[in-house]
This record gives sequence, C-alpha cells and structure tokens, in this order.
Amino acid sequence: MQNREKKVLVIGVIGADVHAVGNKILYHAFTEAGFEVVNLGVMVSQEEYIAAAIESDADAIVVSSLYGQGELDCRGMREKCDEAGLKGIPLVVGGNIVIGKQSFEDVEKRFKDMGFDRAFPPGTAPETTIEALRQLLHMDGETV
Amino acid sequence: MKPVLLIDFGSTYTKVTAVDLDAQVLLGTAASYTTVQTDINDGLEKALAILEKKTGKLSYHKTYACSSAAGGLRMITSGLVPELTGEAAKLASLGAGAKVVKVYTFQLTEDDVEEIREEKPDIFLLVGGTDGGNTECILHNAKVLAEMGGDFPIVVAGNRTAARQCERILEGREVYVCPNVMPKFGTLNIEPTQKQIREIFLNRIIKAKGLSKAAALLSDIMMPTPAAVLQAMELLAQGCEGEQGIGELVAVDVGGATTDIYSIADGMPEHMSTVYKGLPEPFAKRTVEGDIGMRYSIKGIVEAAGMDKICRLSGLEKTRALELIDYLAENTDTVPGDNQELERLDFALASAAIEEGVARHAGTIEETYTLMGKTYVQEGKNLTKVGQIVVTGGSLIHTRRTAEIAAHALYDPLKPQSLRPMKADVWVDRKYILAAMGLLASYHPKTALAIMKKELEFYGHSE
Repeated sequence: MQNREKKVLVIGVIGADVHAVGNKILYHAFTEAGFEVVNLGVMVSQEEYIAAAIESDADAIVVSSLYGQGELDCRGMREKCDEAGLKGIPLVVGGNIVIGKQSFEDVEKRFKDMGFDRAFPPGTAPETTIEALRQLLHMDGETV
Repeated sequence: MKPVLLIDFGSTYTKVTAVDLDAQVLLGTAASYTTVQTDINDGLEKALAILEKKTGKLSYHKTYACSSAAGGLRMITSGLVPELTGEAAKLASLGAGAKVVKVYTFQLTEDDVEEIREEKPDIFLLVGGTDGGNTECILHNAKVLAEMGGDFPIVVAGNRTAARQCERILEGREVYVCPNVMPKFGTLNIEPTQKQIREIFLNRIIKAKGLSKAAALLSDIMMPTPAAVLQAMELLAQGCEGEQGIGELVAVDVGGATTDIYSIADGMPEHMSTVYKGLPEPFAKRTVEGDIGMRYSIKGIVEAAGMDKICRLSGLEKTRALELIDYLAENTDTVPGDNQELERLDFALASAAIEEGVARHAGTIEETYTLMGKTYVQEGKNLTKVGQIVVTGGSLIHTRRTAEIAAHALYDPLKPQSLRPMKADVWVDRKYILAAMGLLASYHPKTALAIMKKELEFYGHSE
C-alpha cells in the first residue's frame, strides 16, 4: 500500500434498504473528519462494497443498515472479502442492525463472530464511529 | 460549387460520397468491392469511377476518410474489477470506434499473455484502480506487458498514482499516458483516452494496414468508421450552431458479422424513487454485438432469439428455416432479391437482431419491495423516452418492411424490465451516408447535419 494523505472508506446502506438520510450524514461527517469517502448510497450489495474497495484500495468498509435485516445482509461478507483478496480489511457496521429488543452485547458478539471488527447500536453519534475508525486504522496521534 | 470527397474504406467495400459544401447537398454515392490483400487503391479507383459517372468530373476541394479495413481497429483492454474499470476500459474503446477483441480484468496471467500474442492487438489499453486507489494490479500488468514484448502501442489510463511508474516499466515501448478512465468511484472520464486512441490510429495504424498510399491523397482526418458514425449520430441528435438536431436517438447498424448499436441519450432514472446501480454510462454510447449478424454471425442470432421466434416471424417451417440458415451461413454474399422465402427469413433475422442488440444496449429496471414500500433499481441507460430510431445495414435498406423491423427496437410490454424506447420515429440511412457525414461533421457540422436531415428517409412512427 502506498502512502496516501487520506484514509479511504467505502460506505453505503446494505441490502434492500433505502434509508438515504443517515448515509448522507455519515458521508459528510467522515469527509469532514478528513477521510476520503467512496459513497455507494443505498441498496448496496456485498459485491458492490467489495468491488469499490478493491478499485479504491480502501482502508475500511463501513456498512449501514436501518431496516432490521442487517444480520441477514451481512452474513458471509468477511468470507467474500477474503475471497476477493481483501484479507483483513476492517469491517464496521452500524444502525438498527437487528429487529426487536435484544441486548446489544449479544448483537455485537454475533457480528464479531461474523468477522466484523466493530458493531454500533442505534443512536451512535458519527464522532464515536470516527474515533473507532481512527483506532482501527492506527491513526492515533495523526491529525486526519 | 465546392465539392468534398468522403471515403469509407471497409473490409469488403470501399464507399465514396461526394457532397457540395456551397449548396449543402449530396452529389452522389458509390461503392466498390475491395480487399486489402490486393491494394486498397484499386477499390477506391473503381468506386471513384462509378461515382464520376453519376456526378460528372469533379475537382475535390478536400478529401476525408474513415476506415474499418483489415479488421478495423482491434483493441485489447485490461482493468481491475470487471464491473468497474474493466467496463470503463471497454466503453472507452468502443466509443473510440475500436473492435474490442478481449477484455481482461484483475492480474494478467501466462495464458492471457499467450492469447495477447496470438491476437496481436493494434492498441492495448491498460487501466485499473481509481486515482489514489489500487496500484498493484496495473503495475503487475505493466510488468507482464513489458516482459512479453511485442510492438503494439500501449495506452495507460488507470490510477494516476501509478501512471508514470507504468511508463517506466514499459520503457522502450510506445506508451501514451492518459487521465484515468475512472478517476473516482462511479465517475467516467473516457474522452481523453478516446482522443489518444484516435490519434494513434491516425499516425500508426494507417501505415500498418496498407492505407498509407491512399492516405497521401487525404487532406486530413482519418478515423475508425464506427467513430465517424458515432460522431454523425451525436450531431444528428444534438444539432449544432444554426441547425437543430432531432433529439435523443438510438441507431442500429445490422451488418453481416456484427450489429452496432448507438445511443445518444442521457438515460438516467426518471423518478426519485429509482435507485441507479453500476457505472453511469456515457451520453454517446456505442456497443457491438459480435455474435449477432445477418450472415457470418447468423447462428448467433438464432441462438439468442431461439428457432421458435425465427419461425414465427418468418412464417417458415422449422426444417426449411434451418436449411436456409445453414445455406446463408455458408454463402455469406446471398441477398434475398425476389426470393420470397429468403425475404421472410431475412425479415425475421433482422428483427431478432435489432431486438436482441438494443435489449443488450439498453438498461434494465427491476422492481424491489423494501420495508419502505416499492422501489426500482435501474442499471444502464433508460431509453424509454428516446423518440428517434435510425437504422442502417443492408437487411434494413433493401426491404420494404423497414419500419416493421425497426419496431423490434422498441419497448416490449412482455419484457417491461428492458428500458427500450416506448415510441419513436424511424429513419433509414438508405444511401449509407452516416460514416461520411460523421467525417464531414469534424469540419462542416452544419452541412453534414443538413444533408442527414434531408437524406435520411422518414419511415413512419412506431409504437
């Protein structure tokens, strides 16, 4: 990987989910925080995230899901990344990623078992995600 | 009178067109059989002699030419991800008028190298990675190309971070560096690469294809024939200063070996509720269906459309239709003439070719149910609102049922997912002037447009 001024994030809303507002907010927040953001918009398939990540040599993939089907949509994504040569790429997920009242600890564990590095509950502020990304991408001390 | 001569060197025919710039009229057209193996000038001289009989002796003010002789401009491309830079490279090459022999994606392999050696491309287009994105693939492929040798020029139009390094790796080869065909995710920038490709064609390919003798009599400009046609279609659709165009259009050229489809249209989603997926496509888009043609690729049409459809459209019995198809595949210079059976079969084949070709060119829409209700996902261009169809090619010109055949380019209620024009005016290029007018458009767009509007035959309205 070359030296780049900015870390590259691929973001989008996964599956048959058309919630566009949160996606736009994240795009602006990440860009503002100094990331280079490839925004795939809504209704993004796993393959689209992966294709965009390969071309842009992304540093992380940030998956949003608002409609409760996130767990189904995210299944197998880590394996597909491995298959596509994106071994070890940080995967982050957030939003209303499951239906019903469940303890987020359990939910987080399930997503981590699926190969996601971090999972965020509903109502997470963009700043929290940005901080987590900075940690994941070893950007401590750097001003992005 | 200020006559200009326009030449189209084809693989089998050389076509010549004379126009008068002062009166903005077509003076005459003529064609003659040619082979590059003998001498391209023989065919040209014969065609000019025929033309002279029609127009009288003319002293030409300027001469311009396009060529698809000797296999046309044969290109191979390599990109990274098939749906992204792989597709961008293909779109760029097709729009430059090339015949795309192979599209490779990801890293080139030893087997690929063998194929490239055998195919001997005229130009290789090397891309991959968005700007600042992946460099590994394009650098690897540059090394593979450097090691394999060969004398074809290489256009590098990938990740700008790696461009100069690619150039160094390929030192000693003819290399041209262009801006990235996909600088950002989902953004195409193919025009600079296309311009470069045409320049290489002009400077280098012409000599290699035995056209330099003919080139001596040309004033300027030489481009691949499909590029000339694309230019003509852009002009016809959009118009120029002082002359209005006819609006967004789809053009189809059904040939013996391939079917070319052009669309000059925006094609983006019509409604807010439609989500667009995939690469945005160029406003002026060209696709080539290499497996669909009236003679050499007749089997491809049958395969795509199915025998039932060919029989239904032609009204022929299956066994008889199959016999005739075999005959035409062997005897590629057959024209139906007064033969009723062949006329009906050609009608069916041309209809199926247009339907399949335009369906592959046009975008698709899919209905999806989400928790928020019904949404639509569009891929490729939405051509439903395009109101003009231009058709050319022997099978469409030499028939009385042109409009009926052309109607197969339209939207089919049974296939609502295919975004083809709902209704359109049909225009026929009966005198084969499109390529010539595309050439003329470089210098005299107004004249070229006026002639097209006059000479293209209005063939009614299809719904």
